[in-house]
Amino acid sequence: MKELMLGNKAVARGLYEAGCKVVSSYPGTPSTEITEEAALYNEIYCEWAPNEKVALEVAHGASLGGVRSACAMKHVGLNVAADPLFTISYQGLNAGLVICVADDPGMHSSQNEQDSRHYARAAKVPMLEPSDSYEALLFTKKAFEISEKFNTPVLLKMCTRISHSQSIVETNPRIEQNQTPYVKDSAKVMMTVNSRNAHVRVEERTRKLRDYGESCDLNRVEMADTSLGIITSSTSYQYAREVFGENVSILKLGMVYPLPEKLIKDFAARVDKIIVLEELDPVIENHCRQLGIQVSGKDIFPICGEFSQNTVRECMKLKAPDTLHIEASIPGRPPVMCAGCPHRGIFYILHKKNCMVYGDIGCYTLGAVAPLNAMDLNVCMGASCSGLHGFNKAMGREGEERSVGVIGDSTFIHSGITGITDIAYNMSNSTVIILDNSITGMTGHQQNPSTGKNIKGEPAGKVDLEALCRALGYKRIRVVDPYELENVENVLTEELSAKEPSIIISRRPCVMIKGTVHNPPLKVNEDKCVGCKSCMKIGCPAISVRDKKARIDATLCIGCKVCTQMCKLGALV
Amino acid sequence: MDTKNIMIVGVGGQGTLLASKLLGYVLLNSGYDVKVSEVHGMSQRGGSVVTYVRFGSKVYSPVIDKGEADIILAFEKLEAARWLEYLKPGGQIIVNTQEIEPMPVITGSMEYPCELIRKMEDAGAKVDAEDFLTLASKAGSSKAVNIALMGRLSKYFPEISDEDWRNAIVATVPPKYLELNLKAFELGKNSENSVSEL
Repeated sequence: MKELMLGNKAVARGLYEAGCKVVSSYPGTPSTEITEEAALYNEIYCEWAPNEKVALEVAHGASLGGVRSACAMKHVGLNVAADPLFTISYQGLNAGLVICVADDPGMHSSQNEQDSRHYARAAKVPMLEPSDSYEALLFTKKAFEISEKFNTPVLLKMCTRISHSQSIVETNPRIEQNQTPYVKDSAKVMMTVNSRNAHVRVEERTRKLRDYGESCDLNRVEMADTSLGIITSSTSYQYAREVFGENVSILKLGMVYPLPEKLIKDFAARVDKIIVLEELDPVIENHCRQLGIQVSGKDIFPICGEFSQNTVRECMKLKAPDTLHIEASIPGRPPVMCAGCPHRGIFYILHKKNCMVYGDIGCYTLGAVAPLNAMDLNVCMGASCSGLHGFNKAMGREGEERSVGVIGDSTFIHSGITGITDIAYNMSNSTVIILDNSITGMTGHQQNPSTGKNIKGEPAGKVDLEALCRALGYKRIRVVDPYELENVENVLTEELSAKEPSIIISRRPCVMIKGTVHNPPLKVNEDKCVGCKSCMKIGCPAISVRDKKARIDATLCIGCKVCTQMCKLGALV
Repeated sequence: MDTKNIMIVGVGGQGTLLASKLLGYVLLNSGYDVKVSEVHGMSQRGGSVVTYVRFGSKVYSPVIDKGEADIILAFEKLEAARWLEYLKPGGQIIVNTQEIEPMPVITGSMEYPCELIRKMEDAGAKVDAEDFLTLASKAGSSKAVNIALMGRLSKYFPEISDEDWRNAIVATVPPKYLELNLKAFELGKNSENSVSEL
């Protein structure tokens, strides 16, 4: 049956059809829907894990237990999962294991633009790279075959434009796989001589995989005019075809590690000139150069950012389409915290108190933008806790009295716990605020171990954040409602001045969670409002001031009443 | 046939994703190759959002580039102006005249630009502007603004029958809102273009 399918959903369909039985993941744009869609199949056990390292270890454990398994993550998630990845590559499997990783060229929703292909090479694990939804489905199934044939985990590399675009796929029924019996094998323990032997096997495996890549149908030559040959993969293949149609010869690579040698050399011999078209780093290009083939690549195409058909046209000096130009200055429309967002009150107080704020990864990164401007730093999941501790070690009392770490509940579970353990263990006078909005917000509302629900929304185990912090050694644990500004300010002042580690839990569910009951929208008493714009300091998208009177957008306002605490005249009711 | 390009632009939360789902459905069932591309995540938080819909006998790129769109369906006036450079010279832009102020306007650091409809026409676009929010309210809910806009878009697709559009709506909206959405679709399609400039 043919249907229009999101790339990520097509991966999930591939998992289903391949008889995959276990999927464990941590959400991350643009990979999240792979696991959400897989969870809709009753035949697959799916879960949200606390982080990507755990997810990969769970999936690998399931493979050792004898069933096909998978995990999915965004590119930076693979950094977290890198530790198990490198040794799983040595240890091998007992049933197919596919690791889906989604890059984000252009950084639509990410803090960096790293190229995951380097991991395939570094961990010596094959990587497949589809160029549309149907290939995403087929390559997922193929990945399991390769995984089992060569006893290796297989990376399936997606990117934003493949994950989040829909194209036509043809679906097939699921084929159940027999469970492989588990047999104890002392060579599986990765230590000394076993690991040395394993490394030799891995090198031999890579040679075999390279031979496989020379003739498998993942890599294909599409010959046409021979004056130009393009070596490409993923969306770049689509951009090349968009610009040149069927009139150019293309070597389309579906397996980007290990890269073939003979196939590339033969292709190069058949065309007059070669360009390598690939987003981000010159991985294929460097491989070609190593083979002694003269190619053009990053000398004409950019390393930074996402490509499109106009990138190809402009870099190759071809004519780009004419465009229209409007004579108007168009204000930007940056993303904002939602009206009623519980993070707003916290960031307003942090801004008011001129705190140094070490932020983290989530919706609350938006606390960095105007008018709140209340975030100084962020790096990666969990750095708000450990980074703050290091900052305070350097700054001493001056830092401790005005700096905080700010981290969401899901991010805290992911990587914050070890950081606050360091703070407690080393008795650092650091203050960490956990923004507990009972959901993983930014990626589109996934459950996590602190919400009490599993991926299907069913009751599940629930981390007691206060008890956890107590067990780690914290004596000062305060819980505040972020809608109560005065109390937030008082508690923050007390904890910053305390000479011991502090945790402040700001607790209020995300207003966008389905079923959250909202108050009626507020109104402006125009007799009292003088248009002073005090209410505007919180940066709520529901409030504006026109003709010297505040206006409230009743379609957005959820009646959180944070703005009423800004108005000394009682004009917002 | 050559690939046709339609962009759906608006503000996060306006229901552009359902509109693209509906359009993708109807095009697939009309036998075209189709690609629909959108970005999830950060950009949805009240930010500017765009969906690319491409169809034809064989579609390659999942995105539409500057100067390539045959039609832009704009859920908000400022967003129409923002994405105008993606329209082909002489292309058609359908504009919901609703104004949603972005943060730089709310904070007073910038003005919401005036006379955008005229300026888009001056730039060389064919503009079909309408207060689709009011049409949706007339149909029963302002939330049906996306379907009202799809109704107007359908006028530019004589090759697709009313029946196909109806089937696509039945397949994509929840049953309890079906009648309301069908009415919004009709109003969007058949209302006279009454807006010159607000």
